[in-house]
Amino acid sequence: MKNTTAFRNDAYAKVTGIAKYTDDYTMPGMLHAAPVYPNCASARILKINSSAALALPGVVAVFTAKDIPGSVKFGQIIRDYPTLADGIVNTTGDVLALVVAETRETAIRGAGLVNVELEMHSALLDPEEALLPGAKLINPEHGSNVCNKHQVRRGDIAAGEKESDLILEETFTTSRIEHAYLEPESSLCHLRPDGVMEVIGSMQHPFSTRRFVASTLGVKLSEVEVKTVPMGGGFGGKDDTAALVCARAALCAWLLKRPVKLTYTREWSMRESYKRHPYKLQYRMGLKKDGKIQFVKVRMVADGGAYCSVTPWVTWRSTVQCCGAYEVPNVHCDVYGVYTNNPFSGAMRGFGSPQVNFAIEQLIEMAGEKLGLSEQEIRRINMVKQGSTTITGQVLDTHVVSLSQAMDTVLKEIDYDKKRPRCSFGNPLAEEWYGIGFAISYRGMSLGAEGVDFNSAIINVQPDGSVLIETGVHENGQGSESAMILIAAEHLGIDKSLIRYRMASTSNIPDGGTTVASRGTILGGGAIVKAAEILRERLCEALGETEISLKDNSIYNSEGKKLMSWFEAIKLCYAKQIYPYAFGVFQAPKVSWDEDTGQGNAYFTWVYACQAVELSVNPKTKKVTLLNMVAAHDVGKAINPEMLKGQFYGGMAMGTGYALLEDLPVEKGMVKPTNLHTYRIARATDLPEMKAIFIEHPDPLTPSGAKGIGEPTNEIMAPAIANAIYRATGIRYKDQPLRIK
Amino acid sequence: MMKTTINGKLVTLQEELLDKNLVQYLREDLGLTGTKIGCDIGVCGTCTVLIDMLPQRSCKLKVKDIIDKQVITIEGMAAPDGTLHPIQQAFVDCGAIQCGFCTPGMVLSTYALLYKNPQPSREEIRKALQANLCRCTGYQQIVDAVVKASKQMHHKTLE
Repeated sequence: MKNTTAFRNDAYAKVTGIAKYTDDYTMPGMLHAAPVYPNCASARILKINSSAALALPGVVAVFTAKDIPGSVKFGQIIRDYPTLADGIVNTTGDVLALVVAETRETAIRGAGLVNVELEMHSALLDPEEALLPGAKLINPEHGSNVCNKHQVRRGDIAAGEKESDLILEETFTTSRIEHAYLEPESSLCHLRPDGVMEVIGSMQHPFSTRRFVASTLGVKLSEVEVKTVPMGGGFGGKDDTAALVCARAALCAWLLKRPVKLTYTREWSMRESYKRHPYKLQYRMGLKKDGKIQFVKVRMVADGGAYCSVTPWVTWRSTVQCCGAYEVPNVHCDVYGVYTNNPFSGAMRGFGSPQVNFAIEQLIEMAGEKLGLSEQEIRRINMVKQGSTTITGQVLDTHVVSLSQAMDTVLKEIDYDKKRPRCSFGNPLAEEWYGIGFAISYRGMSLGAEGVDFNSAIINVQPDGSVLIETGVHENGQGSESAMILIAAEHLGIDKSLIRYRMASTSNIPDGGTTVASRGTILGGGAIVKAAEILRERLCEALGETEISLKDNSIYNSEGKKLMSWFEAIKLCYAKQIYPYAFGVFQAPKVSWDEDTGQGNAYFTWVYACQAVELSVNPKTKKVTLLNMVAAHDVGKAINPEMLKGQFYGGMAMGTGYALLEDLPVEKGMVKPTNLHTYRIARATDLPEMKAIFIEHPDPLTPSGAKGIGEPTNEIMAPAIANAIYRATGIRYKDQPLRIK
Repeated sequence: MMKTTINGKLVTLQEELLDKNLVQYLREDLGLTGTKIGCDIGVCGTCTVLIDMLPQRSCKLKVKDIIDKQVITIEGMAAPDGTLHPIQQAFVDCGAIQCGFCTPGMVLSTYALLYKNPQPSREEIRKALQANLCRCTGYQQIVDAVVKASKQMHHKTLE
């Protein structure tokens, strides 16, 4: 296969339609479940009357919180999410009951017959109101509506104020948005004869799902096995919500001893699933005449909705990256994650950085303009460089800091300097307004100080030389299995056709944490490299050599002499009773964080990026037409170039939606858009041709040299578009999505 | 007896199924689960099938709508020996597949496009695929795949 051809181990199955997603599976005797929702965002549950539903032929059972044998509530950080609402309603996405029936249609009809009596309370929907003293508590056991607070205290803000020649104060807002994975949540569970609850589902994190299920059923982790099947997109959105759907299906299967499927409609999915956090960001920034930033003071309020989910982690990233990719000596940052009765907010591709970048990447240009500096100059003066110290005190000296390279590359490719003078700035004489804009970012890789960050891989070579591999990384659709196969092929020196990724299960390999934070390739790939090193030691042992190298399906000694083929070497291993089997672990390099000062080495490495866009705006209709997009990201090392490009394009497209199309207004706590006709994601005709440029500086701290890419691509297109729209219309839009006036 | 043709095979339609949703009939009664349900209201395009070579939303149709018609689902695209159709091969080669949930609908909409317009421009391709949503790829490599398929199919007809 040529390098220019994409590699995916699941491409054939997906392109022929034989790939089986959760809802494509059925089992003999399988039942179907459907949820019952409240009609308000805050209430006390007085009574749930199931008799009418149970009288419907085909309805088998109606379950409520009192039927849960284990814990009613679960959560990744704070255990505040009820799998079924227990006594109170906190948000319109709460599930009051599950109706189980012989067919899905009957279950849905039955759900409509469950009679719920509620004592309605007024809902608390504004996070600023929720912060006021005396506000009602959304989760009284938490003791406060502040789900979490992070801060940075660096330098001396008063001194920074004194040094500043220009001070800007601006407020930005960003909206709640939907992941809009094309496959709604689904789960199929059955109790196996060996007593294990087997779960398949459309979820991003099998191990988290296993914890949710085991907690709900009140069983041990070893008594639940979660298996991986193809999944129709996640983008961070199939963690808690998807695990909850699995926990509910497992609950029904547990109580009825029959297989139960729970497949969500798009309407249920949009009502219940967590969203990207809406933010209010209030910035005060001071600069010297020469353009150097003296201080940043910022307050952010993130609406976490009714439950915690991963709000503390999302807002932590916003805290670490609160000043964008710039050096700032004096920083005072307060970030609040707040409980309200709104739909809850959680992980979404970008994870707390798209909101910050939307603000800071406009603010820096606004400052530059006031000082008579171009958008390139003001960035160049302040951006992090080799050896820079970040606002959390981290010195960037363990890898190549390629931010200026990324910016220069993109601006050259899009021919920025030549096109910039054509910008219309709302020229009343122009028939079509033209604008060009860009944004830059740096992004801390993987989980950073927000979580335990390690992963494992198994390489299991069969007697015929074929190889089974597995890692603790989950295939979300991004092609992680293919990337792992390619890394294994490189480090074992064998053809990739010899390697098969084993169907993943939580019973096969230790918990490797969630496949989020763009950490799959770094962590899983790192573990594969470690396992390959151990396997090489096994081969050395079998061959009686101290050093060998592996390439072209062969084993070579240190002088480069071919000793034998891969296949002969494996045979020799088995003959000598040495298993060619390796378990490798990659532990992310140590990071640190001080909650009081917000200082520490927050992430072990960073990705540098620039994205640019050209667009036109029709002065009469205000229609925005995107003309061209270019992105460059330092990926460390490109593992699977075509799939890598796909991450670029997909992120740029999602960022475009964030800027121009996507919004989830909430009315009385209810998400107004109900399906994809009222929630608009980018279509093929909304997007221009895109160009992806790889910058490769292999990272010394990752065994494969690769960094992450899934999220960096989705964190700066929105500000790039906002900047281009400013130069087209002459108006700054500080609220996302941009509604052109 | 009412009949239809699905992926080249003559199928008898039972009276009691005529009012069933087509997508459910395909998935549940025929086991053709390559046809997906993403929105169930005819917006996302994951349930696309070809009826007399026109792309249609199977979630918006009933079984009675396919009486005496030629229906093609994704399962009907590859050759009986498993060889991929040039459109499918191009999707694989161009990296046009990520989660794969939109892929069946995309492939079928492409087939309908190239049947009508064997050498479409990139803009015409985008228009033809605008009713098929994809959240993963940004469509760039899907458009690349359609261009590649059109070239290959054109080349084949010239041979």
